[in-house]
Amino acid sequence: MTKQFTALLVLTALGSSAYAAPLTFDFKDPKGVNNAVFKLDAPLEAISGSANGITGTVTFDPEKPGDTKGKIVVTTASLHVPNSMMNEHMHGGQWLDVAKQPEITFEAKSLKNVKTTGDSTSADVTGTFTVKGVAKELTAPIKLTYLKGKLGERVPKMNGDLLVIRSTFTIKRSDFGINPSAPQDKVSDEISITLSIAGASPR
Amino acid sequence: MKRVLQILALAVAIFAVVFWLAAGAQRGWTKTSIPVRSVDEITGIEGITYKKQFVPGLDFLGAGLLGAGFLTGVSLFFREKNKTKTNRTSIQQATTKII
Repeated sequence: MTKQFTALLVLTALGSSAYAAPLTFDFKDPKGVNNAVFKLDAPLEAISGSANGITGTVTFDPEKPGDTKGKIVVTTASLHVPNSMMNEHMHGGQWLDVAKQPEITFEAKSLKNVKTTGDSTSADVTGTFTVKGVAKELTAPIKLTYLKGKLGERVPKMNGDLLVIRSTFTIKRSDFGINPSAPQDKVSDEISITLSIAGASPR
Repeated sequence: MKRVLQILALAVAIFAVVFWLAAGAQRGWTKTSIPVRSVDEITGIEGITYKKQFVPGLDFLGAGLLGAGFLTGVSLFFREKNKTKTNRTSIQQATTKII
């Protein structure tokens, strides 16, 4: 009887591990560290700033990192540059139109060129990037770092895992209707974006 | 008045240059906040928050020097009263001596 029960337990454990559901990571960071840095390097002027109003969810399976999917949302009003007047202009109707377009989103659809070493996975993610109501498909390099059981070290009294996502990619502001008539020698058309975010999956 | 405006222009120019140099000679635009970076030990992510701080840029320096130039320009429209007075006084003294 005991042997049969043990065998049943082992089978159940094997079965559950074989069909383990992917983990869902919430990217609303209680520490407020998650950020997206943007840089515009024009011949006459370099502009850089960051955004920290980041939310979203990503489903990640440590056994199949290539199946990762999810959506990251950046609150447009959280974009900040160090000059207050420039900040006002950036949030205004000609540029990002914060009042009418409150969110910038990226929805990941598929991963290609997936390479996993230990807890780190690098890949090229393809998805839909939406800024100022204009949606475009883009592919960007991405690095996923799965930190199993590390949530408790970051947020006391919580158990779970962390997923760190890093990506650097470039978009053109003219593609998204961000004041396309602005002179490119003063405000670069190319915007380099670096995303550094961590999500939590509590148990 | 001429002398006052010229002294004021010089003071504005010196203030703009000294303040710009003392604040780190920022070559870009004036900043009203500066980024403060901190690294999250667990994730390794460098968090960015902003602290309110005025850092004068080239636009501040330019405005200061332009203001000084404007004051100098305005000062040219005023006649030097002191110089006229001095001349008259010296003429009066000479006349008195002759008499």
